[in-house]
Amino acid sequence: MTDSNQTTPESFTPEADKAPTLWERFRDSHIWHSFKRDRIAQLSLTVFMGYVIMALFAPMIAPFDPYDPTQIDIMNSELPPSWDEDYGDPQFWLGTDAQGRDLWSTILYGTRISLTIGVCAVLLQATIGIIIGLIAGYRGGRVDSILMRCADVQLSFSTMMVAIVVLAVFQASFGTELYQDLAMLMLVLVIGIAEWPQYARTIRASVLAEKKKEYVDAARVMGLGQIRIMFRHILPNTLSPILVISTVQVANAIISEASLSFLGLGMPVSQPSLGSLISSGFEYIFSGTWWITVIPGVVLVCLVLVMNLMGDWLRDVLNPKLYKG
Amino acid sequence: MIAFFIKRLAQAIVVMFVISIISFSIQDNLGDPLREMVGQSVSEAERQQLRDELGLNDPFLVQYGRFVKNALQGDLGTSYFFKEPALDVILAKLPATLELVFGASLIIITLSVPLGVYSAINPQSWFSKTVMGFSIVGISIPVFLTAIGLIYFFSIELGWMPSYGRGETVMLPWGWETGLFTADGLAHLVLPSVSLASIMLPLFIRLIRAEMMEVLQSEYVKFAWAKGLHSRRIYFLHALKNTMLPVITVGGVQIGTMVAYTILTETVFQWPGMGFLFLEAINRVDTPLIVAYLIVVGAIFVITNTIVDLIYGLVNPTVNLAGKK
Amino acid sequence: MALLEVRNLEVSFGLRSGAVKALRNINFTLDRGERLGLVGESGAGKSVLGFSILNLIAKPGRITGGEILFEGQNLARMSARELRTIRGNRISMIFQDPMMTLNPVLTIGQQMVECLLAHRKISRENAKTIAIQKLKQVQIPSPETRIDQYPHELSGGMRQRVVIAIGLLMDPDIIIADEPTTALDVTIQAEIMELMVELCERNNVALILITHDLGVVSQVTQKAIVMYAGRVIEQGPTREIINDAQHPYTQGLMNALPQMAIPGQRLNQIRGSMPTLQKIPTGCAFNPRCDYVMDVCKHQLPGYTRSGNCQVACHMVAEMKRDEVSSEEV
Repeated sequence: MTDSNQTTPESFTPEADKAPTLWERFRDSHIWHSFKRDRIAQLSLTVFMGYVIMALFAPMIAPFDPYDPTQIDIMNSELPPSWDEDYGDPQFWLGTDAQGRDLWSTILYGTRISLTIGVCAVLLQATIGIIIGLIAGYRGGRVDSILMRCADVQLSFSTMMVAIVVLAVFQASFGTELYQDLAMLMLVLVIGIAEWPQYARTIRASVLAEKKKEYVDAARVMGLGQIRIMFRHILPNTLSPILVISTVQVANAIISEASLSFLGLGMPVSQPSLGSLISSGFEYIFSGTWWITVIPGVVLVCLVLVMNLMGDWLRDVLNPKLYKG
Repeated sequence: MIAFFIKRLAQAIVVMFVISIISFSIQDNLGDPLREMVGQSVSEAERQQLRDELGLNDPFLVQYGRFVKNALQGDLGTSYFFKEPALDVILAKLPATLELVFGASLIIITLSVPLGVYSAINPQSWFSKTVMGFSIVGISIPVFLTAIGLIYFFSIELGWMPSYGRGETVMLPWGWETGLFTADGLAHLVLPSVSLASIMLPLFIRLIRAEMMEVLQSEYVKFAWAKGLHSRRIYFLHALKNTMLPVITVGGVQIGTMVAYTILTETVFQWPGMGFLFLEAINRVDTPLIVAYLIVVGAIFVITNTIVDLIYGLVNPTVNLAGKK
Repeated sequence: MALLEVRNLEVSFGLRSGAVKALRNINFTLDRGERLGLVGESGAGKSVLGFSILNLIAKPGRITGGEILFEGQNLARMSARELRTIRGNRISMIFQDPMMTLNPVLTIGQQMVECLLAHRKISRENAKTIAIQKLKQVQIPSPETRIDQYPHELSGGMRQRVVIAIGLLMDPDIIIADEPTTALDVTIQAEIMELMVELCERNNVALILITHDLGVVSQVTQKAIVMYAGRVIEQGPTREIINDAQHPYTQGLMNALPQMAIPGQRLNQIRGSMPTLQKIPTGCAFNPRCDYVMDVCKHQLPGYTRSGNCQVACHMVAEMKRDEVSSEEV
């Protein structure tokens, strides 16, 4: 009743015989048609691309370098955004933070850090998860049950909890100074390692489903090696669940990073992510200095929101079998 | 039933074993108890002698055995900062955290089920679309930002709600300090509970909606329609009971996440609970307190997971609690 | 008046890419106690037809035209409340897969009693007694204990017996059975089918049997409807259709039966496959697969031609009939 790839004989006309180019295939695909109709998806992607450009070209866009102490004047601290008629300074579009840094520049650099950590952490998650998922699904048997038990145990500890404990212990044993230098790496490692089961379970489920299909048997009969079968034949067919999970996972990783930074376990104030910027502003919010908290907060929420919206849209369009529970 | 408990007990022992190893390694690596006890003025020879007496030079396993033995007797060491048994310090703060979790769970349960079910039954209505819109925004806002926002609007701008602390509390005879019986205590509970619920509620609404929509497509629901049953019975008995099975499982995992999020909410609201204490302990490198917190939280995980499994077994007839085949 | 009369029934699915007609121009009648077979490959629209008789098509599908007259009342235009008094009570349905049909979290008893209580004002105890009695009728051993069990504690065959018992619970006038045995082991298929037919016969219940198996249809039913791509292509008395199929598609289905095969040779399958509803060929929907395809088949939808007691939608049959008539005239 729904679409299927069944071809009726009349579709074998000579014109259709020509192999379509990649672009033509994309243009005719379900995903592009759905995208053309979906306003929210278009808006989300546009905003997200905006963020990516902001992050990539932060050093060029930003009027100041927030990492350069010579450009910071403590006398400029806590200036409100430029539209404030009494105290606003046209030099600082979004005002300044408690240390006198231009908020707009700091937000640009912070977005860069938040996105980098989010993407790197998810790359790590995906790598670990995909490898484990492929092995578990393909080998089956005891290997599979041991790996999946590990995934269960890992999942039963919440990511935030694990991250807080691990980072706290590292901070306490390294000392704050050294920790601040390593913060970015630590965040990527902790968030990256804690969430691999998400991928592993989904990939495993897809592998089990794909394994039953004939082309895998065919590949095996043709004498292709196991690793080759996994990477060349099974992995491409599990791409749509990976894409859906990754979108949402980057959003989650950015939230986790922000939360950890807010607790003082993440990026230091000298090199702030969006989370640590919000955290540094929180002390001043009661005295009416709202912009240091609110503006980066809005930037953060928008970023996460558009990623979640894209994730939802992809899930609706690609409709992959995701592992539940 | 007995088999179920034995199985659960075995799992609990494994989990607590892992936590005890982690805790012990933290205690072993973090901070030097000697420094806390004697200060800098003691000579190296005296230090060595003291180390021997304290058993700090014993093999790892011996030390770990001693740690477990003491832990089983409820002795997790003395807090460096409070100079009191660490476990007592933690347990004194337990009621505050549990009441916060209770408040948040109440909000989540009473709202997520009706909203999720409604939007599954009427996916096209404007109300469902509004609910789904709010939920996607909800999952995109980090807990700490919600908390800050709530304080900003309801405490600072409007002045309706207290912004921090537990307010007036009453000591119950068995040593439970509660804020549930005073108007002031309840008023203080509102904002922290709402912000703790803010991230879980949309998650559960989305989960319940997705599960319910899937169940409504199932053959047995179609069969129920074909039997001429009333829609109320189909939605709220046939469909809801099946919807809740995966929701209960996910709920069990989410309780763990919620405990982690209490650290964030408690920090923002300066709620005198375990999470707030834990963060202070980390900043002060108060190792015994960190260890005590981990063990108490581990115990909470184990207990809640057991309860969740028990409920799941009672609701789902295909799970056999009695263990007979 | 026939017990059930379907007139010009049309069902559409509103998909994103536009509305698609799942059923077109369906006409048939069913008398009390009569057994009707609905045959076709999967995707032909037989199940949609089964569900639409009870006005139970899931969204985005809906009845867009025609009438379903049950004792003169039009089910297509009934309110939800009125439909409830028909569904499960006067017309009941048996689904394909007994593993999926019963609710896994409710006992057999709960699922039977609720049906009785929904249609009759009786006590719970009475309802349970009736339920046990029905379970006995479908030959379930020790129904008193079975009734308190959950579906997963029963075998597939047992479950389908329970589903049949639920179907018979209210002594309905019509039972619609959608491939009631395909999901079962081959060994019990015949047993269940026999039981169903026997119970229908004994209680004078009309049966609409949806199946892809012409063999079963020939054994069980008196009337048959062959469907292709949402349209009836041949209908009439089962015996005539089996013995002298007119439509090339029906002939193809007959030849594909294992009984018809010559040992050692391949089964005679119809080449190609059923088109999806979005891509129904113009003219006769079967034309790309038909061995006797003519030019007219590609452009013009064939009307119905009377052949014996059957109705056939085929240009070739129509032409042959015309020739017969003209040759008689000469």
